[in-house]
Amino acid sequence: MHLSRTARTALRIGAGLGFAVIYVPLLLVLVNSLNPDRSASWPPPGLTAHWWSVAAHNSGARDALWVSVKAGLGATAIALVLGTLIAFAVARHRFFGRDTVSFVVVLPIALPGIVTGIALNSAFSTVLEPLGVGLGLFTVIVGHATFCIVVVFNNVVARLRRTSGSYEEAAMDLGASTFRAFADVTFPLVRSALLAGALLAFALSFDEVVVTTFTAGPGIETLPIWIFGNMTRPQQAPVVNVVAAVLVLLSVIPIYVAQRLSADTATSSRV
Amino acid sequence: MTTHEPTAAGRGTVRRLAGTLHRRPRLRLALLLTAPLLWLAVLYLGSLAVLFVSAFWTTDSFTSQVVKVWSTDNFHALFTTPVFRQVILRSVGVALAVTVLCAVIAFPVAFYTARVARPRWRPLLVVAILTPLWASYLVKVYAWRLILSEGGLADWILAPFGLSGPGYGLPATVLTLTYLWLPYMILPVHTALEQLPANLLDASADLGARPGRTFRSVVLPLVLPSVAAGSVFTFSLSLGDYITVQIVGGKTQLIGNLVYSNIELNLPMAAALGTVPVAVIVLYLLAIRRTGALNSL
Repeated sequence: MHLSRTARTALRIGAGLGFAVIYVPLLLVLVNSLNPDRSASWPPPGLTAHWWSVAAHNSGARDALWVSVKAGLGATAIALVLGTLIAFAVARHRFFGRDTVSFVVVLPIALPGIVTGIALNSAFSTVLEPLGVGLGLFTVIVGHATFCIVVVFNNVVARLRRTSGSYEEAAMDLGASTFRAFADVTFPLVRSALLAGALLAFALSFDEVVVTTFTAGPGIETLPIWIFGNMTRPQQAPVVNVVAAVLVLLSVIPIYVAQRLSADTATSSRV
Repeated sequence: MTTHEPTAAGRGTVRRLAGTLHRRPRLRLALLLTAPLLWLAVLYLGSLAVLFVSAFWTTDSFTSQVVKVWSTDNFHALFTTPVFRQVILRSVGVALAVTVLCAVIAFPVAFYTARVARPRWRPLLVVAILTPLWASYLVKVYAWRLILSEGGLADWILAPFGLSGPGYGLPATVLTLTYLWLPYMILPVHTALEQLPANLLDASADLGARPGRTFRSVVLPLVLPSVAAGSVFTFSLSLGDYITVQIVGGKTQLIGNLVYSNIELNLPMAAALGTVPVAVIVLYLLAIRRTGALNSL
């Protein structure tokens, strides 16, 4: 389209404003972690690193971070196994109800978190509590894994659809057993898709608030739950500011890894 | 050789197992699907089914105990209680407003990244659009809580114009949700604009259309399915959200807050309220499917 000079300039300005709106809030979080004041009034009266050292010794935030990492690793492990199994079934077999299976996988992430949350909560309390198992880290992992399956599934199934089964068949024609063909041919083909899926699953779990609220037992506090609980307490504001800034900085890691895993995995979209 | 060599007997068993699996694809399929289907169908769909059945139960108003007697009272209350009706309408309105705002903001940004920026820069710009998706949801909402606080960044920017920020409330909620889900709209629009064939635009210009006319008659119809695809995310994510409104919404209530506040005392009512966003999202998906947008998701 032959845009006039004015139209091009207008679009440049519009896009520039758009990107400013996207990034100013994140930059503000970084700057605000250096704010000596407890209020968020702008501009800050000065800059100090004092709250960073205070936050580093905050046991509540540190414990919550640790719980989040454990929940994320547990949920990712389960999602990797289940998501990969479904992906192989859907991509390599034809069976009745195949489309339904792909639909059910997406459902936990498509429905509002509060619906998934209270459904799992009442199921846990009616089934597990009579068995003497209360809500705890275990139920958080189960809840997170349920909606993490889809990202692993999406990545692996996309990879399997692009690589036809003829490689495995060739390996078997050359005498490899089913397991040998999987280990030497199939697994290397899907490895980076598995990594991408795991990265997304961990990020989803690490960020989840709603499902955690309903599946965590007393005393189990993930980092998002800790932030949510302390966000409105003026006394805790400086520490929350630092934790928020740390999370903004940490989000660079998955972006870098996702880029390294290259464009052919579905990391470009979180769903 | 340092690798562990299995014994001859062990190797034979493995080999037989591999042979059996190879000859019987149905068995292979069953082994693949059993564990995931137990998890998703029994645990997840089972819990959902029980929840929706419980929407037809009632609660004893004295003991707060769930009474398992079939009744449609909860759904009746849903449509007749003024508060519920008001909140449901408000929630749908917020979701629609967020979707429209996202589309309006996404267009110029995506147009720039897809067709105006130098091709060399475009992949980098896509990364720049995606980056905020990796930042924590709560941190992004918290950022807007800081911006909109009294004497915060919004007040500071608007002060020279004699204005002040919107403070916490319904507008703040719409603004924050728009910010949260914007990348989900920019990305499909960017992809659609990037794939727009240049010769169609040239043909339109050759036939005498000015840029405005080309935009309305050629670009918009071709990009609209992608806007619809993006709107699935912006609409359904906004409709289910109740955390953002708690942080920046002041006293504003959305459907999720009603569900949340009913869980302890009246779970059947909470379940009935929970069916509302699900039903609205399903209706929205059915409406969108007519545009063919779901195929481009």
